[in-house]
Amino acid sequence: MTAPSTAERMTRLLALVPYLQARPDGVRLTDAAADFGVTEAQLRRDLDLLWVCGLPGHGPGDLIDLAFEGDRVRVTFTAGMVRPLRLTTDEAVALIVALRTLLELPGLAEGEAVSRALAKVSAAAGHPAEVRAPVAVSVGAREQSLSVVRAGLERERALHLHYYVPSRDERTERTVDPMRLLLVDGHWYLEAWCRGAEGVRLFRLDRIDEVAVLDEPAAPPPQALERDLDDGLYQPGAEAPVVRLRLARTARWVADYYPVEELAEVSDPPGGLAVSVRTSDLAWARRLVASLGGAATVDEPAELAEQVAAEARAALARYAD
Amino acid sequence: MAAKRAERLVNLVIALLGTRQYVSAARIRETVPGYEPDDGTERADEAFKRMFERDKAELREIGVPLETGRTSAFDTEDGYRIARTDYELPEITLTGEEAAAVGLALRLWQSAQLAGAAQSALVKLRAAGVEVDRTRGIPIQPRLDAGEPAFEPCYAAARDRRELAFDYRRPDADRASRRRVQPWGVVAWHGRWYLVGHDLDRQAPRVFRLSRVAGMPKASGPAAAFEPPADLDLASVVAGSERREEQLVVVRARPGTAIGLRRHAVPLGPAEDGDDRLELRTTEPWSLADQLAAHGPDVLVEAPQRMREAVVERLTRLAALGGAA
Repeated sequence: MTAPSTAERMTRLLALVPYLQARPDGVRLTDAAADFGVTEAQLRRDLDLLWVCGLPGHGPGDLIDLAFEGDRVRVTFTAGMVRPLRLTTDEAVALIVALRTLLELPGLAEGEAVSRALAKVSAAAGHPAEVRAPVAVSVGAREQSLSVVRAGLERERALHLHYYVPSRDERTERTVDPMRLLLVDGHWYLEAWCRGAEGVRLFRLDRIDEVAVLDEPAAPPPQALERDLDDGLYQPGAEAPVVRLRLARTARWVADYYPVEELAEVSDPPGGLAVSVRTSDLAWARRLVASLGGAATVDEPAELAEQVAAEARAALARYAD
Repeated sequence: MAAKRAERLVNLVIALLGTRQYVSAARIRETVPGYEPDDGTERADEAFKRMFERDKAELREIGVPLETGRTSAFDTEDGYRIARTDYELPEITLTGEEAAAVGLALRLWQSAQLAGAAQSALVKLRAAGVEVDRTRGIPIQPRLDAGEPAFEPCYAAARDRRELAFDYRRPDADRASRRRVQPWGVVAWHGRWYLVGHDLDRQAPRVFRLSRVAGMPKASGPAAAFEPPADLDLASVVAGSERREEQLVVVRARPGTAIGLRRHAVPLGPAEDGDDRLELRTTEPWSLADQLAAHGPDVLVEAPQRMREAVVERLTRLAALGGAA
């Protein structure tokens, strides 16, 4: 994990000739650029540079030689660069930890193939010390529905879901066109076009009670766009009403979890935060405030506080009986 | 990076890979294009030395095993070479399915901390002849939280086995306190990142949430300064520190309500007032108390008494939220 530019280009330059050597029939420049994750222009600059490199002496027979035929390139003299450089510790860790994580997710890939890939990659990574990686990933989300959802995505079929909606505490049934699977903050989500709601929705896999692959093809309409996860999972409309809360220290996590618009440190309660959240779903806000058990107070709207308090008083009356 | 420098480095690698003998710095200067030629002046010698030192450091940085030594007893100074067996990635052949698994697995790091290392690992595998398909497979975007600034220094210190110091704020403390740790590793566990290590002041293993680290951790002292336990399983250390004993809770829910609770409950049949009796299990009783209180009058806790009290306490606070109490 050094400064990317230098290390990245050197790694690429040392890998390019072996890459071509492994493909004696040549490679299309666009494919090679994609394989290396660079633009075609950058790939051409790299090849131009390699073309003037070679063994000491640097006579015509000493230099790396490339043959360009149409949009393809192949190597005709490697100057001894026939294999890529060994994996660095970071690269071995990235590979091994990722494969181990995949092993934890039986619904996602064939376990046998993952085990074999892990064994081969560990052997190629060489040093056994590196196999004891200084990083581990435990996803812990072994959702039953994962393999069915995956099958729907693979076969591009619509799915029928029984889905639990926590904000309304109800079970729903719907037909969706699956778009992709997301793993965010330790939870799996299916992003799909919901035919009933006529919109893109995220379905948390541990809230799917039943799922079946339908015979009809998945056909998300053109307006079904994947959301940008950098904006967070919850993206309420800008015109939705504002809820203003005051969070005690133990409830500050709410500000990390939901998209808050305004955020200010306050001294009442000590170490508290004043935040505003937009939501068109007051039932959701009521559940959020109630589930914080008093660690959040409501500045606005007043009826939200009234509703939560009324429910709590009704509950207390039952305990008093 | 300047093209001239990249060209010189590639030529240097080719030259040193192509020889079994150690090559002296003077010889490298003569035969590898791009170095300041020897014109007899001290200035040129100094320029060459500086350039060569930087190049050696650069190659070692990207993992080129540059050896120093003497071919024979008659050599007057150290030379350099790269042993092909240490340099080259060993043979690796993956079936289509195995390569697909690698491709899928590496997407775990997409936009996460080891994204750069994952990309260069992929480049090397492709250069070894492995075809990792770019287009096939299911659309999936796994994301390990990308915004954890403490990850990089913690990971690097654990990798290099160097001591680490940082300010850590526990949720129940007002200010951060200084911690000194021998870092064993970094763990993503249920969507959160943790550092596991031996706390030098408390003389015991400890688990730290990265999001509670204030500022940047600093590594100090030499590398390989300690040895993590031989049977270390990072994920289970974190799981153990987060594991709580399971508790049984019995509640009454009005018919047709508390759908979410029922999803994980054992039904115990109707109570005398017509409510449904449900048995719940929890390892996080306070979080369950929050959840039960949020159901308002729809859910009543029967047992244990401690859970009843915890819920009543929450309800009492919630009842005070309304102005007209």
